[in-house]
Amino acid sequence: MTTASPTSSLPALPPPPAALRRLITRLPIQPPSLLLAAALNRTLRPRLPVDAAAALAGHTVEIEVRDFGVRLRLALRDGRFRSAPDHGPVTLRIAADAASYLRLLRGDEDADRLFFERALVMEGDTEYGLLLKNTLDAIGPLLHWPSPPR
Amino acid sequence: MSASTHAASPSPRKPRLVCPAGSLRALTLAIDAGADAVYMGLKDATNARNFAGLNFDLAQAREGIAYARSRGREVLMALNTFADARAPERWFAAVDAAAELGIDALICADTAVLAHARDHHPQLRLHLSVQASATTREAIEFYRERYGIRRAVLPRVLTLSQVEQVCRHSTVEIEVFGFGSLCVMVEGRCALSSYATGQSPNTAGVCSPPSAVRWEDGAGGVSARLNGVLIDRYAPDEPRGYPTLCKGRFDVDGTRDYALEEPTSLNTLSLLPQLMDMGIAAIKIEGRQRSPAYVEQVTRVWRAAIDDCAAQPSRFAVQPEWTAALGRWAEGQQHTLGAYDRPWR
Repeated sequence: MTTASPTSSLPALPPPPAALRRLITRLPIQPPSLLLAAALNRTLRPRLPVDAAAALAGHTVEIEVRDFGVRLRLALRDGRFRSAPDHGPVTLRIAADAASYLRLLRGDEDADRLFFERALVMEGDTEYGLLLKNTLDAIGPLLHWPSPPR
Repeated sequence: MSASTHAASPSPRKPRLVCPAGSLRALTLAIDAGADAVYMGLKDATNARNFAGLNFDLAQAREGIAYARSRGREVLMALNTFADARAPERWFAAVDAAAELGIDALICADTAVLAHARDHHPQLRLHLSVQASATTREAIEFYRERYGIRRAVLPRVLTLSQVEQVCRHSTVEIEVFGFGSLCVMVEGRCALSSYATGQSPNTAGVCSPPSAVRWEDGAGGVSARLNGVLIDRYAPDEPRGYPTLCKGRFDVDGTRDYALEEPTSLNTLSLLPQLMDMGIAAIKIEGRQRSPAYVEQVTRVWRAAIDDCAAQPSRFAVQPEWTAALGRWAEGQQHTLGAYDRPWR
């Protein structure tokens, strides 16, 4: 029997050099937030159950890609994912490295496991975070490439 | 845990592999990975994993049952919390829904729920939940005589020899836990979290209600609080566990340590030959709250191990890759045989 080892099939994602990372950290968060919102409106929004969309709407979530120095803020408002302002409180803050996010998006990873290992940090409203995690788990992979060997 | 070999009598009964499903996706992946049965719950307090976004509505349950049945597998429904005396109707309605869905078995703990199933749906197969905390042949026999249970899930407080005693004399099938997070193991009787939150697993279906959990980043690391009560503080790079009172670290007589239970995962792969020799009917994997990826991978390992053990019980050896795969998903990243090999009773 074989057990797929998700880490063995990770795409190469070299984090940027420290100087570039420092620069990225200082860039406005709106462009990457808008990009992610657009991607989620195409891939996630149509698959989001009505009750989950209602429960998740109206809250700002901050997502940090630690090794790239990228930070984004999103909110689900009026039925669409949108970029959220770079100030004010957030309901939930999630931080992880790019590789962990990729494994989660491909459905190869367990958020609890990442959490145990501190590879994923979640701060803020735990109930909202759990709803988000369980909703995404139930929907399944949002990214189908590259897939791990089976 | 290292690979080891065991002696066992030839051709033991092959236990059924019962896997967790917190969502339709987890259910289908468990079936595809080789589960003989999956267990699931409805989206309310009638089951002991009552978390937002988790579990099944009736349409999803129908779809899951159809998926499993078309592949010759079973779907069991966990209805394993204790009915609220102010409104037991919700629990009875859930039994009625399970019967209407045509579920293969209902996993119950509360005698009122069992009695409702017995009286209104005599065709419904009943399993006694671990939450009923029946630890002796006599206790299990009581549930068989009164409610007609066909299987009992043993609490994780028994040693291997105690499991064997129950199994050899039981008139119903016996199911044991094989893998997954452990709790303080007073199943059916734990009200520890009520102290901090007013809710317990046996009433509200959650031991640490997410609304009461707060993670706070500070100078000394990350603090986990349950309704304001500090239950643990982790150094920046220290692994974490589930934020439950029983797995917290507390100052006791000047020493800060796990006062009740360490965050570990049960893993009984190495006991498989003995469990099969005893005639265990089913092995349960914990983790309806975990991701479909966990369910799929853990199911795959246990399917291979059970098949290997059934084919050649005397030559069974735990494969290092199984241990590595299971270790990846374990809470606390450490495995234990739990009470199965505890020297004390």
